[in-house]
Amino acid sequence: MSLPAKPSSSRAAEAIATCRVDPAAAAVELTDVSFAYDVRPILSGITMTIPRGKIVAIMGASGSGKTTMLRLIGGQLRPKSGGVCVGGLSVPDLEPEALYALRRKFGMLFQFGALFTDMSVFENIAFPMREHTELPEELIRDLVLMKLHAVGLRGAAHLMPAELSGGMARRVALARAIALDPMLVMYDEPFAGLDPISLGVIGQLIRRLNDALSITSVVVTHDVYESLKIVDYLYFVSEGRIVASGTPEQVHASDDPFVRQFIDGASDGPVPFHYPAPAYREELFADVG
Amino acid sequence: MNRSAIDLWVGIFVAIGFGAIIFLALKVGNLVTLDSTPGYHLDASFDNIGGLKLRAPVKAAGVVVGRVEKVRLDTKTYDAVVTLRIDRQYEFTKDTIASINTSGLLGEVYIGLDAGGDSVMLKDGDRIGKTQSAVVIEKLISQFLFDKASGGAAGEAAPVKTVEKPAGETKK
Amino acid sequence: MSAELTAGVAQWLRRIGGAVTGAASKLGFVSRFLLAVLWHTPGAFRRMHLTLREIYFAGVLSLVIILMSGLFVGMVLSLQGYETLKRYGADEQLGILVALSLVRELGPVMSGLLFASRAGSAITAEIGLMKTTEQLAAMEMMAVDPLARVVAPRFWGGVISMPLLAALFSAFGIFGGYVVGVRLIGIDAGAFWGQMKAGVDVWPDVTNGIIKSFVFGIAVSLIAVFEGYDAKPTAEGVSSATTRTVVMSSLMILALDFVMTVFMFRGASVI
Repeated sequence: MSLPAKPSSSRAAEAIATCRVDPAAAAVELTDVSFAYDVRPILSGITMTIPRGKIVAIMGASGSGKTTMLRLIGGQLRPKSGGVCVGGLSVPDLEPEALYALRRKFGMLFQFGALFTDMSVFENIAFPMREHTELPEELIRDLVLMKLHAVGLRGAAHLMPAELSGGMARRVALARAIALDPMLVMYDEPFAGLDPISLGVIGQLIRRLNDALSITSVVVTHDVYESLKIVDYLYFVSEGRIVASGTPEQVHASDDPFVRQFIDGASDGPVPFHYPAPAYREELFADVG
Repeated sequence: MNRSAIDLWVGIFVAIGFGAIIFLALKVGNLVTLDSTPGYHLDASFDNIGGLKLRAPVKAAGVVVGRVEKVRLDTKTYDAVVTLRIDRQYEFTKDTIASINTSGLLGEVYIGLDAGGDSVMLKDGDRIGKTQSAVVIEKLISQFLFDKASGGAAGEAAPVKTVEKPAGETKK
Repeated sequence: MSAELTAGVAQWLRRIGGAVTGAASKLGFVSRFLLAVLWHTPGAFRRMHLTLREIYFAGVLSLVIILMSGLFVGMVLSLQGYETLKRYGADEQLGILVALSLVRELGPVMSGLLFASRAGSAITAEIGLMKTTEQLAAMEMMAVDPLARVVAPRFWGGVISMPLLAALFSAFGIFGGYVVGVRLIGIDAGAFWGQMKAGVDVWPDVTNGIIKSFVFGIAVSLIAVFEGYDAKPTAEGVSSATTRTVVMSSLMILALDFVMTVFMFRGASVI
């Protein structure tokens, strides 16, 4: 539930001090972050750095906590321990107004687009502009069309989200994510469920927009092939911990068993095939004799 | 649904909604309560007020001329003292009789005023001299039995005002 | 044997205790939610078109069911009332019977129940679905508070619509009562309207009915937006939230009706 609770101001003061505010600093820094829903630990001891202007992929099997990391960066969740620094600010200690001010510099692409179904494509992209700027309607119209043109959907401006295909919806969501020229864009499984052509399109858009708009991108995905083509750095996450990291070249050449299993798509390895269960023979013959 | 159509329908909705409220207030309810018109107070004491309630109507010749404003018990005489609030436009003679009546079978209890022929009028704060208490059914029955027992069918029953028929209140 | 019994009783007590504390904490949460929604009210009215849209969806689209139900209830009241009143020779009181029943009770309560099941469930489903498809999260990440933009307009749309719908229900019911009583049964029209006017006071009867419908509006709208906002983001979650809205709203309406009736209408007698 996201009813905002106010952090204590003393914690806020000391936390801001721990985040470095210099231009060379990374855009996002997670330091020894742990998170748990009730008792089940989702993340433990996560330390990662996302440099400015780069695309970083967070890869892992489903349920490894990747989306949770995005939520921590975006301030929707608070870590149990550890620091989350974005643009020199400690996210968990921000007051709600400051958090909202920070979020205006973010863009986020949700897994299936999360377009507002009661508005047209045009209005979806105009939404952040209308909410956060006082720009006149003519200017907003031009900006929306420019963003749509960047993703190749300028002709679809009048359609409703229900009339879009999966790939088109994802592209519209991407246009909406960059509507206010953010400094950081987060992608939650941008490649999930797309056909090969759309996969290529989205991947290239992520790369091109990142470079053209000088933004920092964090891509959470489990699509190895597409990510290796476009990202600058990868982190591998398994069961809440970072197990490997490196550039695409390093990953290709790695002999870390987890990385190898992931890249090769092997069904068994560090990530086991079998869900924990009692010994097979014992269970089958359990009620006999 | 475009914006102007929505505005139109919402406007219509709110308009007829308020219209319904006004209809209920004016045509269905009686908005003009005598509490708002200027009035004066009279007192009357009774042996028994029966089922008389606060805000019960005060009627003369069937016309509502006021309301019962206060009821209290006089601790010296153990009579009920009722304060009536009468509309200022109606004046009553000093020998007016105030009686407690029941309107129809469904029993709304009200105070009836019967004006006399006196030349002097009652003023604010005056006490009505002659009153007639409510009829209590048990006393009526015991009186009847008593009369019967003492062998007089011609025994006088307690003075009772005739019950008015409800149909008599609304002349077509 | 007694060890099992005490263990069973202990578990049962623990469950009750858990349910009570769960209910208490939920009540606290709902109160905080209400305060948050009220806090964001200025935002809802700044975006007036959003609130108007919600008044349309909650109020205007409920008109058909409210008006038709009101009409039929009034007609049935008239029919049934006439039969009973005739036995006491009081058939000319039919106007008062129909009007008071509707204005004091049936108008606010029945329109509240109908509103809860039509508009309340729709609001819950809509918000729950937006939560499931991550539209609310997207809005949050775009630094737009969904409480201000999605929840508060729907809340106020419901609160504003309810008293109007209740008044319309009563008005149409009285009209239905008139049609049956005067036109069909043949009661004198003057007696019908005259008795009604004499018997229905604006202060206790009509305004209390309006106050009731206003309170019901707040209750139903709050429950509807809360259940939608709190729903589990799955298909079953949204469906059970919708059911809960209708059930809880209906119970709240009936309970609040009792409490308010006690306060409002017992004060007619002396001492």
